[in-house]
Amino acid sequence: MSEQRGMVEKRGLGHWLTHLGLIIGVLFIFFPIWLAFVASTVTQPEIVRPPMPLLPGDQFFENYSKALLSGVNAPVAMMMLNSLIMALGITIGKIVISLTSAFAIVYFRFPGRTIFFWLIFLTLMLPVEVRIVPTYEVIANFGMLNSYSGLIFPLIASATATFLFRQFFLTVPDELTEAARVDGASPMQFFWHILLPMSRTNIAALFVILFIYGWNQYLWPLLITTDPSMNTIVMGIRQMFPSGDDLADWPVIMATSILAMVPPVIVVISMQKLFIRGLVDSEK
Amino acid sequence: MATLTLDNVRKSFGATDVIHGVDIDVTDGEFIVIVGPSGCGKSTLLRMVAGLEGITSGEIRINDQRVNEAEPMERNIAMVFQNYALYPHMSVFDNMAYGLKIAKTPKDEIAARVASAAKLLQLEPYLQRKPRELSGGQRQRVAMGRAIVRKPAVFLFDEPLSNLDAKLRVQMRLEIKQLQRELGVTSLYVTHDQVEAMTLADRMIVMNAGVADQIGKPLEVYENPQTEFVAGFIGSPATNFMPAGSIGVSVGKTVGIRPEHIKLTDSPTRLQARVAYCEALGAETLVHLRLPNGQLITVRQGGHLPLPSEGTDLWLGWDDAAMMVFGEDGKRI
Repeated sequence: MSEQRGMVEKRGLGHWLTHLGLIIGVLFIFFPIWLAFVASTVTQPEIVRPPMPLLPGDQFFENYSKALLSGVNAPVAMMMLNSLIMALGITIGKIVISLTSAFAIVYFRFPGRTIFFWLIFLTLMLPVEVRIVPTYEVIANFGMLNSYSGLIFPLIASATATFLFRQFFLTVPDELTEAARVDGASPMQFFWHILLPMSRTNIAALFVILFIYGWNQYLWPLLITTDPSMNTIVMGIRQMFPSGDDLADWPVIMATSILAMVPPVIVVISMQKLFIRGLVDSEK
Repeated sequence: MATLTLDNVRKSFGATDVIHGVDIDVTDGEFIVIVGPSGCGKSTLLRMVAGLEGITSGEIRINDQRVNEAEPMERNIAMVFQNYALYPHMSVFDNMAYGLKIAKTPKDEIAARVASAAKLLQLEPYLQRKPRELSGGQRQRVAMGRAIVRKPAVFLFDEPLSNLDAKLRVQMRLEIKQLQRELGVTSLYVTHDQVEAMTLADRMIVMNAGVADQIGKPLEVYENPQTEFVAGFIGSPATNFMPAGSIGVSVGKTVGIRPEHIKLTDSPTRLQARVAYCEALGAETLVHLRLPNGQLITVRQGGHLPLPSEGTDLWLGWDDAAMMVFGEDGKRI
């Protein structure tokens, strides 16, 4: 009886307090995004005149179509396409490379196997910024500046993903490999028919994380793309800021910011179920 | 239909010898059980036959064809693993069909073979389910089905029942036996459970530390163990061992007497011992007695006999024929 009363009490005040706390938290995090959205639907004079408006204006279609079709330096639609190609290229490339390298490291005995693993692991300790000068040199010498390959290739190897797949492959029971051998499957058939389908939740989780990583790349595209038609959206926003006495077109910049958030949000929402399953269980 | 021959097969991992030369001749359709304590090399031996483990020296022949260098698949064997090793993302049908698909068997033949195996194993209602939606016994059947559909020359079983509960184990034991009879496929079965070995085997191999101590029909092995190890390992409760000198035997080092061969009497016979405790199992009673030197002796007698009360002194008696005498090297004299 007393236990039940405890439940009721919790459902009363505690319940509301918990929800209140969570709602305040959500509002707190959401507020800047709301401001950006509001700013993207009003006119330039309305933004610069204090106080800042807190309710959306009537310039939604004007601002967004201006951003998408002409932008400041380059049309946002084009920058979004560039970002999409770069993010997908990095994501798919990383997954393919790390899957195959993890497969090699876990399932094959070849000379220097441990050395290769540690070499891959070592790159975890070097962030992009540390090796950015030599990487730039290499890409420039290959003539890959202002190209998709220049945007994608330097970021395509992933120690984290390799490590993750290695750990997952190590949990796959040896008997499964042996059963496949007895069934007559070649190593690559084992990879395609058994290992790959078993890793699909891990792949989905990685896809989400890596897509956002690729989409949000800032420093690297900023360095190697000078041609506005190769700009990506995240660096493009920065490029829109005026230098010197120019006037910033804040509504268009804010519209661009909102647009830049849309694809990652779509990816997260559409893969949410698989993503959480991939992080929580490995489905064995 | 096949014969299987192991000819002085040895295995070492680095400097450690695991299998010290095993010779076995399995005739067509025979059910051979390899039994032994854990770590005796029985699973390694099976995996060598399967081709999952290399052979250091010696030769394995299936149908008189040397298979030492052949891949598992080329050896025409099928294996049932201890933890079933079913592909978790495939349906029961796909699990059974996978080997055939790899071998590029025509689709309608795959369907027919899987269907007949499923019928044999009563798996028909579950063909579209995933392994995780099945019970332990059903998974075990799927693992068997996967072996059956390939129509192999030799079945290999690696402790297939050890993950099941006691009741299911007894049931599956019978099913495996029936199935093997029905299909008539040469089978090699590894277990540490002597009951499985006794009930399933046409002939059994008792392994001890990488050596096949004795090969023979189960009852033959039970009644006539060739080494002290076999006498102690086969039979439950275990054989009683006593130093030969202590009971007036002039040859050998130890004497083994099975618990059911000792009779308890009030009148003086061979040895006197004090009853330590009794285990009444209904059909039979196990009486544990302590000899004056502190050694425990187990006696198995019929459940209808009166229970001796603990602490009483009784006499142990047995026929000369019941004594199994072993020499210094553990071999039977």
